[in-house]
Parts: sequence; C-alpha cells; structure tokens
Amino acid sequence: MNESAVYWSRMLTELTLSFHILYATIGVGVPLMIMIAQWTGYKNNDEHYILLARRWARGFVITVAVGVVTGTAIGLQLSLLWPNFMQLAGQVIALPLFMETFAFFFEAIFLGIYLYTWDRFESQKKHMLLLIPVAIGASMSAVFITIVNSFMNAPQGFDMVNGELVNIQPVLAMFNPAMPTKVAHVLATAYMTSAFVLAAIAGFLILRGSTHIYHKKALYLLMKLGLIFSIATALIGDFSGKYLAEYQPEKLAAAEWHFETGKDVPLVLFGKLEDGEVKYAIKIPFALSILAHNNPRAEVIGLDQFAEEDVPPLYIHYLFDIMVSIGMLMMLVSLIYVVAKWRGWQFIYRKWFYWIVVAGGPLSLLGIEVGWWLAEVGRQPWILRGVMRTAEGATTSGQVDLMFLLFCGVYLVLGVGSMVVLVRMFKKNPIEREIAERQAEKGGDIL
Amino acid sequence: MTLEVLGISVLWLFLFGYVIIASIDFGAGFFNAYSLLNGKNHIITDIISRYLSPVWEVTNVFLVFFFVGIVGFFPQTAYYFGTVLLVPVSISIVLLCIRGSYYAFSAYSPGKNTSYALTYGLAGLLIPASFSVVFAISSGSFIEMKDGAPTLDYWKLYTSPFAWSIVVLSIVAVLYISAVFLTWYADKARDKEATKLMRKYALVWAAPLMIAAGGIIYELNFFNKELFARMIMMWPMFAASGILFVATVYLVWQGKHYGAAVITLISQFALAFFAYGIAHYPYLLYPHLTIYDSFTNKAMAIALVVAFVLGLLLLIPSLYLLMKLFLFNKDYVRGEEDHHA
Repeated sequence: MNESAVYWSRMLTELTLSFHILYATIGVGVPLMIMIAQWTGYKNNDEHYILLARRWARGFVITVAVGVVTGTAIGLQLSLLWPNFMQLAGQVIALPLFMETFAFFFEAIFLGIYLYTWDRFESQKKHMLLLIPVAIGASMSAVFITIVNSFMNAPQGFDMVNGELVNIQPVLAMFNPAMPTKVAHVLATAYMTSAFVLAAIAGFLILRGSTHIYHKKALYLLMKLGLIFSIATALIGDFSGKYLAEYQPEKLAAAEWHFETGKDVPLVLFGKLEDGEVKYAIKIPFALSILAHNNPRAEVIGLDQFAEEDVPPLYIHYLFDIMVSIGMLMMLVSLIYVVAKWRGWQFIYRKWFYWIVVAGGPLSLLGIEVGWWLAEVGRQPWILRGVMRTAEGATTSGQVDLMFLLFCGVYLVLGVGSMVVLVRMFKKNPIEREIAERQAEKGGDIL
Repeated sequence: MTLEVLGISVLWLFLFGYVIIASIDFGAGFFNAYSLLNGKNHIITDIISRYLSPVWEVTNVFLVFFFVGIVGFFPQTAYYFGTVLLVPVSISIVLLCIRGSYYAFSAYSPGKNTSYALTYGLAGLLIPASFSVVFAISSGSFIEMKDGAPTLDYWKLYTSPFAWSIVVLSIVAVLYISAVFLTWYADKARDKEATKLMRKYALVWAAPLMIAAGGIIYELNFFNKELFARMIMMWPMFAASGILFVATVYLVWQGKHYGAAVITLISQFALAFFAYGIAHYPYLLYPHLTIYDSFTNKAMAIALVVAFVLGLLLLIPSLYLLMKLFLFNKDYVRGEEDHHA
C-alpha cells in the first residue's frame, strides 16, 4: 500500500467530484426548468416563457459542456485512482454504470436536436416534445449514478467467501437499502438548486435595473418550483435520517455528535467540539429520536457502539448543519415570496429581498457541495461500507500528487472560462434586445 | 459465439464508432483552427460548425460507452489498465476537458473568439495521439509486474519507435478521415470552394497515411513477433483495406462520387481495425490479460447484455433521427435552416 497515493487519490477524487457536481446538478435540474417554461409558454401562448426557455437553453449548453467533460474525467478517474475497487465493483455494480451511459446518450442526442431545430418544426408542440427525452435522460443518468453511490454505502447482492465474490445478483445490488432515499434526495436537491440558481440570476438582473416583466415572471415561476422542491427535499431528508439510523448508524451518530446510545435523544444544532465536549450547541429535545425512528422516546445508537477505526471524522457535523440550514433558509425564502405574491405584500420588491434571492443561488450550490461531502466523508473509512477499506481500493501509482496539481489547473481554466462565456453571452444580448428582434422577426406585436 | 467474444466484439465496434466520428470531429476542429491562421476560415468555418454543433456531445458518449462497457464486461481491465495508465490517460482527460468545453465556448460565445478556436483545434489533434499510447501498451512489453502490481516502464514507452509510429498514424488518420468526410459534407452543401479546399486536404494526407501504416507493420516485426505473425495471417483483410484506400483516393480525385468515397473510407478503416483486433485476440493486455481470465461473472454478463439490447432499442431510432435531421437533411446542410437556440 502506498500511503501518499491513497491520500492524493482521495484528494483528486474530491476535487474532480466537487467541481463536477456544480455543473452536474445544473445539468440535471435545468432541463426540467426549461421544459416547464416552454410548456407554460406554449400553454398560455405567452412568448416570454418561450424566450425564457430559449435563453436558459443557450446558457445551459455551456454548463453542459463542462459537465460532460468533467463527468468523463471522473468516469475514467474511477478506474485510474481506484483500480482495486473498480475491479471488485465492476463485477457487482457495472449494470447501473452501463445504464447511465445510455441515459446520457439519449439526453445528448435530443439536446442536440432541441438546440438546432429552433423554429424548424411547424408547431411549437413538436419542438417542445424534444425536451421530454432531454429532461428524462438528465434525471435518469442522475438516478443510475446515484445507485452506484448508494451501493457503496449499502453493498449487497453478493457474498464474500474466502475473499472471493459469489452469488452475484446485479439487480439486487441496484436496489440496495440506501438507494430510494439517495436517489430521491439527489433529484429533489438538483431541481431545487437549479430553480434557485436561475432565480438568483433573475433577481440579479432586476437589481441591475432591468425592469422588464419577463424577469418577474421568471422569478415567480422559479420561486414556486423552488418551494415545491425544497419541501420535497426536507421530507426526503427526514427519510434519509431514518435510513441512516437503521442501516448506517455510525454516519448519523457522527453527524449528530451522538456519543452514547440512549433514549429520548435531542438533536444537536451548531456548536463546537472541544476535547470531546460539545459546547455552545442548541439542543432540540427528542428531535433525533424523532428523526431516526419517528418516536420521541426511541433509542438511537451512539458512537460508543463502534470500534474507533470504523468511526467517520466528526467534522461532518458542521457539514450537516450547513446543509440543513441552507435547505431550511431557502424553503423559508421561497415560501415568503409565494405567500407575499399571493397576499400582495410589497416588501418582496425591495432591494434587500432581491439580495437574499441572489444569495440563494450560490448558497444552494454550497448546500449541494457540503451535502455530498457529508455523505462521502460520513462513510469513511470504507470505500464499500463493511467490505473494502478506502486504502485497499486506491492505486499504487506514485504520480497521483502531480496529477492533482494538473487537474487543479484544468478546473481553474474551465471554471473561469465558463463564467466568462456565460456572462458575456447574456451581457451582449439582454432580454430587451432579444424581444425587440423577435418582434421584428414575427412582424407583429405579440409581446 | 461465447459471451466473452460477443462482449469484446460489441465494445470493439463501439470503439471503432468512436474512432471514426471522433476523427471527423478532431480533424474538423484542427482544419477550422488552421483556416483561421491562414485566413481561409470564411471558406470552411460555416460548413464545419454546421456539422459539429449538434453532434459533439454524442461523439463524447461513444468514448464513455466504451470505457464503461469494458470495465463492466472485463472488470480486471480496471485493475491492470487503471493502475498503469494514470499519467497517460490523465493527459488525455485534460485534453478532452479543454477540447470539449472550449468547443462549446467557441461555438456559443458572441463575437467569435479566435483563441478559443485555436485551443480546441490544437487540443483535438493531441487527443488521438495521447490515446493511441494505450494501443501500444496493450500490445505488451511496457508493463512489468512488481510485487504483484503492474507498473509502466515510461522510459521504454517514450523511446519506442513502435509507440511513436502509432502516434503518427493516429494523427495522420484523423486528418485524412476528417478531410474526406468534410469534402462530402461540403459537396452536399453545394459549397464549391469548401469542397475544393477539403478535397485538397484529403489528397494531401493520403500519402502520409500509407507511409505511417506501412511503418507500423515494419516496426511491429521487431516489437512483438507473435502479434506480427498473427497480423500477417490476417493479410486478406489488410489487402482488402488497401484496395479500398486506393478506391477512396480515386473517387476523391475524380471529384464526383464523394458519398461513395465516404463509404469506402469507412470500410477501409473498419477492415483494418477489425483485422488488428482479431490479430490481438484473445489478449486485452499482452501477455498478462486475456478476455477469458478477465471476464465478469455470468449473472452480470447476462444483465449487461439485456441492458445493452434494451439500450440499443432506444438508441438506434434516436441516432437515426439525429442523422436524418442534420446529416441527410438538405436544407439544414445547405444552411437554409439554421435556427439554433
């Protein structure tokens, strides 16, 4: 075993995935938003929504490009950095990995068609139908790749006899206990994040002085969608807690700094760990028992039940707090917006409120990042929980540190490049101009 | 036919698909960049971007399909190739990242940015070179087993004339394949100037292609005698490939039947590619790994085959639709219908 290779393999995987999921989350969520906007526009015969779909789609191409190439990178890096793991996993979990490429294929084909057949079909409906396979393909690839990840958390569908794999059941491996909550959580948060990121852009443009009704329509639509998906996220988060209590109690206990097994367990919010003592924390009585078992009096397994080498790092508590706080905050912001809109309250048109909306975009992306770090660090020290330690899966190659630096440079170039292109794309062609052009093209004032 | 042979045949077919469409793609990027440098971009840029834009993402999926498929059907390849290929394949990934995203940056940035086009053009040309190293490695003798783990002898690899011949062949083949295809595409678009220019490129790159291909067979004789002997046994396929090459050059030279030229072009490379593949049988990594000792368990193999068939049922009609809309649609190809989002 090569200690430094293990360390740098972990770092490089974390780097690639952390960069990839920003674009991947948008890649999963935005096609749905485009589809909804196009559908709303078509249904209400409102050109604004059609333009919304068109402009989102244009920006989406840039994020998709970065998502595709970094996805290819992590796909290859899995074998390059974790050859032992992939050799084992390939025998049990190759099926969803393979199916993911089909979903991806499907999406790529129809996205290409959608983008290049604008105005080519006589009815907008036909064109709109192309978005269904795009959205389905995007979501299905998230489903399949999350199944692979949930297998790593709850491996099943095979037996280990003297270090040999026997009785392999690929379908059983796919439908592991972690799968339902993981897949649902990934999808809901991707939709939620995409809605808030697009809302942040609309909010930002309004703050910059664009008064067009187009932005307000966009914002209202996105806030409604954001509210729905953030409520879904919270519900699924609760199910995830129950899953953890049942199947991965060490992750839940570490995330909640729950050291001693016992009944009537409070939920620890925030706080600081000093010499094994929890300080400055808010404790909500019975809440962890409720989260784990839906029963305020239930017993929750603590870290005292696990050998020291099986306990994940305790800093994941901070990640858990950040993730939950962001989720709750965004649910609240979108709820306030929707209620205010309904009741006619005016404060949502004030600058300070738009600034909160703008902050919601990056915050949601941060929530995605910390959520993944929590999920991944929370299963340390295992790469396949209970089967293979992370260190056993890593490569023995001596050049991983060098590759880490190389990829740092690449992601920097891609991140900056995509930002520059996106900003320039929309700055040079503001909505007012596009609407004017479109009017001239159609020869009537439909707007 | 056993499942092992079926599996590797399907994967080899997909790899071939990737080689052809990626060659068109990479070559087109290079010709586009080159035309910017010598001021001929007004002639061919439109043709190239009209072809590339809707398909670049699909091209990439062929590659993903291949490497996910090979780990699925032959999990041990992840162990052997994964361990030794860290550096060479990381370089390929970096190039792919730069190329793929800069293509999108270039195609969608308002006001054309020359540096983006040059970046993706150059990166595209280096990708086949960096990937072709894998072919050299799979033919053996660069890998040693140390303490039960495979290690790559970089010095031996980077000083090997055989490895460099493969690199040269891959670059020349990319330029040739791309030029012939784009000649056909430009002709279909009734763009006389672009056709003329691409035809010139196609003819220019034909001779180096033959020299490079001949060079590899010559090098192989010293490099791996057993593989060389097997390749010689496949001589009828190589000979047929050579005849098709002559036919392609003749058709392009005639300047009439470019459609037929594309067909003979693809057949020529298919024959050579499969002849090489068959000569390699049964080794995945000579002499350490054969397709038989690395094959996955039966349950997974069956599941993968079922998923593969179902996936194809979805994929083939979709690909057909894509080709119908962008490759065989006269109005689109001629640029009369270019309404992109």
